[in-house]
Amino acid sequence: MRLRSMMAVLLAAGVALTGCGTADQAAAPTASGGLTPVKLQLQWFVQAQFGGFLAAVDQGFYREQGLDVTILEGGVDIVPQTVLAQGQADYAVAWVPKALASREQGAGITQVAQVFQKSGTYQVSFASSGIASPADLRGKKVGNWGFGNEFELFAAMTKAGLDPGRDVTLVQQQFDMQALLSGDIDAAQAMSYNEYAQLLEAVNPATGKLYQPSDFTVLDWNTVGTAMLQDAIWANSDKLADPTYQDTTVKFLAGTLKGWAFCRDNASTCRDIVVAKGSKLGAGHQLWQMNEVNKLIWPSASSAGLIDEAAWKATVDLARTTKNQDGQTVLTKQPEGEAFTNDFVRKALDSLTAAGTDVKGAGFAPATVTLSEGGA
Amino acid sequence: MRMIRTTLAAGLGLVAGVALWEGYKAVGDPQGTEILGVRLLPRASDAAMPHVLDILERFGRAELTGGDPIWTVVLAACLFTLRNVAVGFAAGGLVGLLLAVLMQRFRLAERGLLPYVILSQTVPLIALAPVIAGWGGRLQLGAYPWQPWMSVSVIAAYLAFFPVAVGALRGLQSPAPIAEELMRSYAAGWWRTLWKLRLPASTPYLFPALRLAGASAVVGAVVGEISTGTRGGIGRLIIEYSREATSDPAKVYTAMIGAALLGLAVAGVVALAELLLTRRTVVTS
Repeated sequence: MRLRSMMAVLLAAGVALTGCGTADQAAAPTASGGLTPVKLQLQWFVQAQFGGFLAAVDQGFYREQGLDVTILEGGVDIVPQTVLAQGQADYAVAWVPKALASREQGAGITQVAQVFQKSGTYQVSFASSGIASPADLRGKKVGNWGFGNEFELFAAMTKAGLDPGRDVTLVQQQFDMQALLSGDIDAAQAMSYNEYAQLLEAVNPATGKLYQPSDFTVLDWNTVGTAMLQDAIWANSDKLADPTYQDTTVKFLAGTLKGWAFCRDNASTCRDIVVAKGSKLGAGHQLWQMNEVNKLIWPSASSAGLIDEAAWKATVDLARTTKNQDGQTVLTKQPEGEAFTNDFVRKALDSLTAAGTDVKGAGFAPATVTLSEGGA
Repeated sequence: MRMIRTTLAAGLGLVAGVALWEGYKAVGDPQGTEILGVRLLPRASDAAMPHVLDILERFGRAELTGGDPIWTVVLAACLFTLRNVAVGFAAGGLVGLLLAVLMQRFRLAERGLLPYVILSQTVPLIALAPVIAGWGGRLQLGAYPWQPWMSVSVIAAYLAFFPVAVGALRGLQSPAPIAEELMRSYAAGWWRTLWKLRLPASTPYLFPALRLAGASAVVGAVVGEISTGTRGGIGRLIIEYSREATSDPAKVYTAMIGAALLGLAVAGVVALAELLLTRRTVVTS
């Protein structure tokens, strides 16, 4: 008796589970109306950092090119270039040094465009700590995220004559900026478009108002000269031999760059697109992010998306020579084979220019975004 | 009577917890206590430990300006994760039970499998999660493509099967030899012995194991969601809100409380099932 009732309960539970397991399942998007399905893997959750891609989907720029693009969000343990190399995505967004490190370990990927022309990483400290240059980090507690995000900082310290392993105290940083605000560390790593804004959205207990930019000193690796290339578009090397995939790549890049041009001219619309895609960050924060990201792309003298060979070589050199606290470099040798190509992005730019899209943004002027408490 | 006592005890526990939190906030050093550079006590500042009232009040306010109140967002995320937990728990429980039966039946299986069952739990989740997440886009379940939440459920099942396998094995082996001999004297075969003797005898071991499995499934689902970035669940909310801890410290606690309540709810369901099934045992035997 009791066993039968136990079985009945289990059975009922099973039925209920399979019931809710399939109830809200939508069919996976497939090629509809002759569109080519394309999957793009991002590095992180949907946010304005990826505004151009989201805008291209929302505004139908990919559809114009005959593509049906699905955007895959990242996660803590999702490595976009690995997802790409394993064939679960057609393209991936990844930082150049990290993707090259994966490439060195055998991932078959090729860079086909450079989204951010400048580095967005800052090292932020309180103005009162007097850290005006990398050399001033001597003897300080220096926060960094590790996992390959720290090499610009290490290159800057090395360049300033410091031994990162001995002359500073290195502290592993969390996702938030509490450690800097509470004084656990003297200088914190921050992305201009994200963590730095979080600082300016927090209330200064001394004044009861929000922290002001004047409260902080920012070390910007672009001016220090140790910047490395960040968000770039990677394609699958093996598939690049296939003319169909080559064609898709050109179309994908054309749609993407049109999306970024749209976000340059319509930052607040783009912000709304990102918020509508379910970003949990506040609208004010996203507008800041959109504006800062635009600054990393525009104006682009040589055209957006092009891989600047000098900057690329500088990134590789830093990646080969800069040692982190464990004495490791990002790359152990020069990238072999075709690590990057401008062939596809050039074609995409030609078609965009012919259609009248401004891909240089010479007239771009960043907006001034006022942040509010909590990024609301 | 027992219900009232349990409820009272739970209420008292909650009050004690709140009192401890607020009490520490009142007397603790806002900068925390360090001795010889080692942090012994956490910071008591509002940024590190928001007031309980602030956290409760945060539940009522909108998640984002003009958005839904946060309690509805957290509740929806908990329900989403509950589905992953339930699927993982059911799958893990079933696999665990089958393994236990197999290991009980064949001595060789026990010797061969048990070390691997134990070994399975030493594989770090961060190594496992990306591999399982990578199944997306490659596997097909009949007509359904693999969904991200299924990866999360697999991770939950992976953690949940272990206590069930070990607990149920111990339970299936628990009948005294004299009981087994009695079954044999009735000419009962292995199947009948399992059904009439071993399974009923295993319940005192099985239910504690199931409770553990329930808790593990919740942990697995939350960690799986964090690791794979699966949208919609409480794990994802925790990571999203923790990014805003700089300027809105109470927010991340709402998600953490949600995750804790989810764990309690799952434990409660298992306890309820135990109550219903064991009460039946007393009446019929």
